[in-house]
Amino acid sequence: MGENIVLFKEDGKRSDDRALDELRPIRIKVGVLSNAQGSAYIEQGRNKIIAAVYGPKEALPKHISLPDRCILRCRYHMAPFSTSERKNPAPSRREIELSMVLRNALEPLVMTSLFPRTVIDIFIEVLQADGGTRCAGLTAAVLALADAGIPLKGLAAACAVGKAGGRIIVDLNDLEDKYGEADMPVAYNPTLDGITLLQMDGIMSKEEVEQALSLAITATQKMHKMQVDALRERFSVQRREV
Amino acid sequence: MSITEQKPIISKLEQQELRRLLADDKRIDGRSPLQYRSINVQLGYVEKAEGSALVALGNTKVLAAVKVGVAVPFADTPNEGILIVNAELVPLASPVFEPGPPSEESISLSRYVDRSIRESKTIDLSSLCIVPGRSVYSLYVDLYILDYDGNLIDASVIASVNALGITNMPKYVVEGQAIKKTDEYFKLELKDHPVSITYAFLDDKYVVDPCLNEEYASDFTVSMTIKSDDRFCAIQKNGGGMIPPRKVIELLDKSIALGKELRTVAYGQLTGGNG
Repeated sequence: MGENIVLFKEDGKRSDDRALDELRPIRIKVGVLSNAQGSAYIEQGRNKIIAAVYGPKEALPKHISLPDRCILRCRYHMAPFSTSERKNPAPSRREIELSMVLRNALEPLVMTSLFPRTVIDIFIEVLQADGGTRCAGLTAAVLALADAGIPLKGLAAACAVGKAGGRIIVDLNDLEDKYGEADMPVAYNPTLDGITLLQMDGIMSKEEVEQALSLAITATQKMHKMQVDALRERFSVQRREV
Repeated sequence: MSITEQKPIISKLEQQELRRLLADDKRIDGRSPLQYRSINVQLGYVEKAEGSALVALGNTKVLAAVKVGVAVPFADTPNEGILIVNAELVPLASPVFEPGPPSEESISLSRYVDRSIRESKTIDLSSLCIVPGRSVYSLYVDLYILDYDGNLIDASVIASVNALGITNMPKYVVEGQAIKKTDEYFKLELKDHPVSITYAFLDDKYVVDPCLNEEYASDFTVSMTIKSDDRFCAIQKNGGGMIPPRKVIELLDKSIALGKELRTVAYGQLTGGNG
C-alpha cells in the first residue's frame, strides 16, 4: 500500500507543493456562532474546525467545582462525515485522549483564579479532517476563549511538525501524517515562551526532535500573528456595528 | 468531556517541603532528582497468560499479561497482526480509582504504552500474519494497576515489554479453508527494548520517576520513550502548565543517559543482563 505514496515530488516540494517549512493556507474567523459566548472557525489546508466557548457559568453538580478557581471542560469531537470512512459519532478512545490533552493545553492559558466555583465549556468540532486537527482545533479554541472575553495569560497557537520521507517538515497533511515517520504536535505561547501541548509519535533522533521543535516555534509564531489579526478583525467589526 | 481533575489535596506543608528539598536537589524519599526507585520484575506471574510480568517500581505495582488469539486483520493492514493495549486502574489500588468505564487517565496510559511499543517496532507485526487478509495473530496486552504510588507510565511500559518478551505463541497450521492450533509454540521475538522516562515538574525544577505525592504536587509531567538505538518513539506532556522549549531539549539529553541505565535494570532478565 505504502509503496505508491509520493511524499515528495521530483522538484523537492511536498505532495501539496509546499516547501518543508511552509504552512498550509490558513483562514481564521472569530465570532461565528450566535449562541456561544465565544467562537472561532479555522481552515487549515482542508481542515475545517469550529470551536465554541460557554461560560464561565455555575459549575453543576456542585461537587465538580473548585473553591479557588474555575474548572475547564473540553470536548474534541470529529463529525461522522469528517473522514473518508464514516466515523462512528460516539467518542473514540483517541477523542477522549485528545479532549484531555487539549484541556491540559488550554488550562495554563486561562486566568482560572478569577472565576472560582464556575466552569468554562470548550467544544471543538471537526467538520472536515485533513491531518493536524488537534492543533488547528487548539488554535481555534484559544481564539474562542478570547472572543468570550475570558482573561488569558496569552494566546497559543499549535502546529504539528514531524518527519516524512526522511525530512523534517512543518504542518503535516493527512498523507504525511499517515505515511510519514513521525508526528509531533506542539502548542506554543510566544509571549511566555511556554509549550502547553507536546506529543510525539513515530521515530526521531534527538537532533531531529530539536530541529522539529525549533520549526514548530517559528510556525506557531507565524500563526500567533494570524490569531491576533483575526481578533482585531472581529473587534473592529463590532465597533462599526455600534 | 474532559473535566479539570480534582487532585487529592496534599497538605500545603508537604508541598512546601517537596519544593524546599528540591531547591537543594533533594527528595522526600531520599533520592536524588534523577534517580529511579528500585525496580523488581517477576516474569511469568500469570500462568494462564501466554506472557506476563509483575513489575514493582517502588510501591507502584503493575501486572501486564499478554493473551494471544487469532483474529481477522484490520482492512488497512491485511498482512499484519493485531496489537491492543488496555489498562485497568483497578479500584483496589487507590482510593482515586473508581469502578466503571475506562477513565481518560487509563485511556491515555494505554494509548501511550501502545505508541511506545508500536512506534518502536518492538513487535514485527508483519511476522504475525497466518493467512493474509483472513487470519492474523492478535496480541492483547492487559495492564493491571495493582498499587498506585505514581509513575504508572514507566512501570507499564516496562511490564508490557517484559510480558511480551516471554510470550509463547501457539503455532497454527493452515488446513484448506481453516486454520488449526497445534501443540507447538514459538517465542515472540522482541526487535527493541523501549523504556519510558517520566519527569515531574515542580516550578522550574524536575524529578524523574515521581512518587505519588510528587506527582500530585507537580505542575505537569513529561514522558519520553526511547528505543535501544537512543532514538525517541513517543513523547507526551500530561497535565497543565507550560514548559520552555529549552527544557524539552534538556530532557532529551537526560533521557538518553537515563534510558541506558533503566533498560539494563528493567530488561536484565530478558536479555541476560546485556541491556
